[in-house]
Parts: sequence; C-alpha cells; structure tokens
Amino acid sequence: MTVAGNTRSARTQIDSARSLFGATFLLFVIIFLWWAVSTADWVSRVFLPSPQATWVSLVEGLTDGELLAFSYATVSRMALGWVLASVIGIALGALIGMSRTTRAYLQPTLEFIRPLPASALLPLAISVFGLSPAMVLSVVAFGAMWPVLLATVHGFASVPAQLQEVARCLQLSRFTYAIKIGLPNAMPDIFAGMRLSLSVSLIVSVVGEMIASQAGLGQAILLAARSFRASELFAGIVLLGLIGFASSALLAQCEKRILKWQKS
Amino acid sequence: MIDRAGARLMRKLRPWWFPVVALALFEWYARTLGKSSDAIAPPSAALGGFASAVSDGSLLSATAFTLGSAALGLLLAAVLGIAAGIALGLSPRAARLSFLSIEVFRPIPSVALIPLSMLVFGFGLRMEFSIVAFACFWPLLLLSQAAVRQVEPRLLEVSQMLGLSPLQRAVKIILPAITARLFVALRLGVAVALVVAVTVEIAANPHGMGYAMMIAQQSLNPGLMLAWLMWISVVGFAINFGALTLERSIARKMGQVT
Repeated sequence: MTVAGNTRSARTQIDSARSLFGATFLLFVIIFLWWAVSTADWVSRVFLPSPQATWVSLVEGLTDGELLAFSYATVSRMALGWVLASVIGIALGALIGMSRTTRAYLQPTLEFIRPLPASALLPLAISVFGLSPAMVLSVVAFGAMWPVLLATVHGFASVPAQLQEVARCLQLSRFTYAIKIGLPNAMPDIFAGMRLSLSVSLIVSVVGEMIASQAGLGQAILLAARSFRASELFAGIVLLGLIGFASSALLAQCEKRILKWQKS
Repeated sequence: MIDRAGARLMRKLRPWWFPVVALALFEWYARTLGKSSDAIAPPSAALGGFASAVSDGSLLSATAFTLGSAALGLLLAAVLGIAAGIALGLSPRAARLSFLSIEVFRPIPSVALIPLSMLVFGFGLRMEFSIVAFACFWPLLLLSQAAVRQVEPRLLEVSQMLGLSPLQRAVKIILPAITARLFVALRLGVAVALVVAVTVEIAANPHGMGYAMMIAQQSLNPGLMLAWLMWISVVGFAINFGALTLERSIARKMGQVT
C-alpha cells in the first residue's frame, strides 16, 4: 500500500516536473520568436524592440532608480486606493445588505451604476478636484469600491434563514450580527469582489497617471511611446504585468489562508 | 382596496426615490451654492447639453464609434479566444504546456498597451479595437476552456466512435454542448469591451464617447460633460441588460435552468 502510494506520488512528481519543464520551454520559445522577429526586422524596431534591449532598459531603469520610483508611485496609489475601496465598500455594503428595506430603495440604483466605466469619472473628478494626486486616488478608490460594495451587499443579503433565526433567538445587536454572522457569510463574495477591484485599481491608477500627468508607470510609458523609446515602453509594460501578477498572487494566498475554515 | 393599490404603487416607486432625491439635491446645490462654479452644472443643464449633442449629430456618431470598436474587438477576441479555449480544453497536454505563458501575459493590464498600440496603429479604430480584443481574449479563453472540460465525457466517446475528425468534433459535438456557457462568457466580454473602449478614448484616442466627455470637460462645459456621463451609463446599462437577457434566453433554449 505504502509502496504503491510512494511510486504513485513519485510518478505525479515526475509528471508535474515534466509539465513545468514543458511550460517553461514554451515560454522560452515565445521569447525566442520575439527575438527572431525583432532581429530579422520583420517588424519595425520602432514598435518592437529586441528582448535584450527591453532587458537593458529594465535593468538600467531599476538601477538608476527612476523606474523603481515610478513603480513605487503606481503601486502605492493602487494599494491605497484598493484598501480605501475595500474598507468603504465593505462598510457600506454591510449597511445596505443587512436591511431588506434599504436594499429595495438602493439596489436598483447601484445596479444601474455598476456597468459605468470607472475611468469615465476622471473628467468629472478633474473638473471638481483639479489635476492632483488626490483626484486620481479618489477615482481609483471610487471605481474599485464598486465590485466590493455589490459583492458585500449580495453576501449580507444571502445569509441563510436559519442563521438569521439563530441571531434573533440570541437577541444579537445589529453590530454583533454583522460581525459574527453577516461578515463570515459574506467573506467568499467579498474576496471575489476584492480580487476584481484590485485589477480595477491598477487600471484606473495607470489611466489616471496618463491623463493627469502624475508621476508613475502610466505616465512613464505614455512619454516613452510619444518619444519613440520602444525599449523603455516595453520595460514599463513588463513592470505593469509583474505588478498585476504579484498583487493577484498575493491576494490569492491571503484568501486561501483566511478562507481555510470554509473547506473543513 | 384603494389602500392596497396605493401600497403596491409605493412599493413599485421605491427604486426611484433615491435617484430622484439625489438629482433634486444636486440641482438645488448647483443652482445656489455652486452657482459660480465652472466644474459642475445642474442636471437641467445636462439635459440641455444632451439636446445639443443629439441635434448636432455628435451623440450618434460618438456612440456608434465606441460601440463599433467595442464590438469589433469583442468579435476578434471571441473568435481567437473560443478557438484557443476549445483546443486547450480538448488537449490536457496543450493546456499544461501553455498555462505558464498564459499566466505571464494575462496579468498585463489592458491600459498598459494603450501607448504601444498608439505607436503601432496611430489614433483611430484599429488602436482601440486591438486593446479591447486583448482585454476580452483572456476571460473568453479561460471560460471556454473550462466549458469544454465540463462537457459530458460520453459525448466525446460518441465522437470517437463515429470517427469524427478534430474539426468535425469541435463543430458538431463541442460547440453545441458549450453554447450556453459560451454566452455567459460573451456577456462578461461585452461588459469588459465597453469599459475598455471608453477607457481608451478617455486616455488617448480622440474619438467616441469618452473623448467627447473629455473635450466637454476641457472646454469648461460641465452641462455637456454630465450629459455624456449619464449617456455612457445609460448605454452601458442597456447593453449589459440586453446581453444578460440574450444569455438567459439562450440558456432556456438550450434546456438549462439558471
């Protein structure tokens, strides 16, 4: 039994090592194709720098600190906006979701605003707040709040009837009900909303930097494109991809740890 | 009797209280305290701006441009994404090989490609729909791959027994089996496409609804700007509602209860 189990686990290990090798190989093939296309000048160098040139721009930008500072600005804008959005979204969502009457009055309006692109609020915010970092941050927070808010409303609205009865029997106060019953029940929904709002906050941060000329990767890649510095443009795109990847991987880890109790 | 009818009417009116009160407060504020502001205008001025956009034809042309490029991008993404998704769903080996590359390219935020596509295509339709296509490609790829994986295995065995070629298998067995799920993915794609199209116009592309709104702001015409904001949200709501209705009717026709 144990022998069979061991060989099976050894085999799956070999299998997963092999598929990881294959997957890495494919990625290298793609990078090689990129190299071949750019070196053979099939696509103009103005649009498509070689991988080496991109790498050099990336390393130079990171070592002289310029790209590092831009990345830091973008990441902190995105993170701060996301945290604000999550806190406000969960609080408002709990308030709206707990009461059937409030939902009846507010939910249709919320559903109406839901499809509105967050970036469409930028012109309005510019004319109200001017071209300031606070303006971009407020639009990031407002746009990213939406997925969390609606998910929280849904999570609080879908508490099973038995749990609601338990809460009534125990005569829980509204606040205790929200903390002890509503919030745990809404947690998976809230995490799904927060994952969506993380990517919204990155997108809105970048767009905000582009049109409001705030220091950051969004502004950096726009300026690089305007002056035809394609390798710097690609370095910025690579960094933005890394930020998107790292932030969502980090959140997935947190989610796995926090929602562990649900599986058992 | 009258009381009950009145109660039902009040119940029906409940969704309208909040927007009506909010708009009235805004109108009052913009006419009194914010009267001298260049930044905001009362909703009544937005109605005027809307009327002027309708009469000079800019409403129609800008809406047509935005929706056209969103639709074109979504179409491209749907063709490529669904084809790739079916291939990866049918072949576990291909899925294992490509997952790393997908995970490397997927997290790139679509707006990061705005400067690149500006460089390659210049301003205009191609620049916008290529970014929309990039943004919509990933969810369509992953959702159609997942849909193929959930196809009843016996259907695949049938196709093997009949000796169908891979193309025949995809068209005759897989596509009908995943139609309902594909429309769920497409509905998601519609929402993404519209958001990305407007975002590209606000950030760079001098066409469409997003740009019209930016120009209204820059020429200090807050009434027109608010009119565009309201119009964008009405169009977005209508299109998402239409997509949801289509998805539900397809699901009903395909015999799935949702």
